[in-house]
Amino acid sequence: MMNDTHPHDPGLPLEPLPGHSSRGRLERILRRGEFAVTAELNPPDSANPEDVYERAAIFEGWVDGINAVDASGANCHMSSVGICALLTRMGYAPIMQISARDRNRIAIQGDVLGASAMGVQNILCLTGDGVQAGDQPGAKPVFDLDCMSMLETIRTMRDEGKFLSGRKLTTPPGVFLGAAINPFAPPYDFRPYRLGKKIAAGAQFVQSQYVFDIPMFKEYMKKVVDLGYAEKCFILAGVGPMASAKTAKWIRTNVPGIHIPDNIIKRLEGAENQKQEGKQICIDMINEVKEIEGVSGIHVMAYRQEEYVAEIVHESGVLKGRQPWKREVSRSEAIAAAHAADVHEGQLQNQQDLVKAAATHQS
Amino acid sequence: MAEAAKKPTGTAYQPSGVSPSRRAGRSYTIRLWSVRHSRFLEVLYNLFADLFLKLHPFWKAVGYSRAEKPVKFIERNVKGLLFDCRMCGQCALSSTGMSCPMNCPKQLRNGPCGGVRANGHCEVEPDMPCVWVQAWKGSQNMAKGDAILNVQKPVDQSLRETSAWLRVTALAAKAKEAPAQGKGAVK
Repeated sequence: MMNDTHPHDPGLPLEPLPGHSSRGRLERILRRGEFAVTAELNPPDSANPEDVYERAAIFEGWVDGINAVDASGANCHMSSVGICALLTRMGYAPIMQISARDRNRIAIQGDVLGASAMGVQNILCLTGDGVQAGDQPGAKPVFDLDCMSMLETIRTMRDEGKFLSGRKLTTPPGVFLGAAINPFAPPYDFRPYRLGKKIAAGAQFVQSQYVFDIPMFKEYMKKVVDLGYAEKCFILAGVGPMASAKTAKWIRTNVPGIHIPDNIIKRLEGAENQKQEGKQICIDMINEVKEIEGVSGIHVMAYRQEEYVAEIVHESGVLKGRQPWKREVSRSEAIAAAHAADVHEGQLQNQQDLVKAAATHQS
Repeated sequence: MAEAAKKPTGTAYQPSGVSPSRRAGRSYTIRLWSVRHSRFLEVLYNLFADLFLKLHPFWKAVGYSRAEKPVKFIERNVKGLLFDCRMCGQCALSSTGMSCPMNCPKQLRNGPCGGVRANGHCEVEPDMPCVWVQAWKGSQNMAKGDAILNVQKPVDQSLRETSAWLRVTALAAKAKEAPAQGKGAVK
């Protein structure tokens, strides 16, 4: 297990490094120049914490960040704040997604503080799909901020220590700020500049939509590198396995913003074992994108195929040459353990005595 | 990002038909005309803004708050016709290629979302050309089209249903007066 928090201070993780804005593992890996791997956790439709632990355990140790999605596709699931609370408790390194669709600026700024207090080091700002895409189309779309103004708001909180209103924060949230990019949707020639805007607003890393069209992605990356954006921002290419040609077709037509070229569908259709071919395509994509200038890592989205992510990453060999990570015990864990020990002792609590002690400031 | 609820398979992604703006059944002809003529409208607006600023003594005499109602009426109807204006009160048309961003179902002020369809139409309203695809086109024609690259501040909801023209004029007048007054103070 990789620990993302400081051994002596539960609120503030690992010692800060000069030039780093967070104390998290993802930022360290990226700034060290190692090829980063992040993955998406499939959010449970349940109130059981073990569902989250089980799904996170699949990625244990070799993933640099686990995306806690915020009602992706406008479908209701366990909240990203809740998932992050569970993940940080277990010492995982989550990337908390915040979608502009569901919360206004008051809620977002509060969530950022709460998340940072829990030990969340990475926050990813998203606009979010329209409510019409999900299972509750009658919901009120909020979209108070957009991803850009959300980035700027959180950056102001972190760097200037104040809310959007100008009110001061006593401890600013030390988070590594991320955003999403989709090079595969029109207006194509605006897309690189839009990344520039996101960087100007505060994005330090971006995760892309699924890359299936390598020539198109190369063209986008060339422009991005020419504009000098790749030096200012870490770009993680989105990849993932398709279970079958049928799924790929379904996703292409039913999920907004995903571009899958015909040759990929044909390759899947022509294969004897489509699931195996889907994995192979994903490995091929990783091998292609890792050679593209400006790409700093991959973001693996394997919805309902999370168990294959390890296999894919292993076979692609992207973790070759990685420095081993040292596990650290966080103080919050020690506090929690001590607290749990009290509980295990089965000490009887007398409320009358306790309130008396509290009232007379005796300990 | 990678997921969607089970829906009957179709040929193209169809959102549930609950969008209120779609129900209004507007035609996009005039809106698209405005984008095509963004250069002309930019020049026209600059002339108009100068004129409005010259009228500053008049607005001041009448009182900006008293001028608000009639000016707002005109503004709503003119911009409503040309741009399907939603009276957000903080007009960004000069930075968005003369395509009103408040018509975006997500009201994005800083560029297109990732859901734009391959044909350049909106993810949420399949019949509507994406406001931001149009904005990018419109900005290419404009002298100061690069303004589309500036990061816009979040919408101030408390300015809804107020006249952006009068606010811009009042601010410009104040900016013009401020240095003059500053000099006066030094003397």
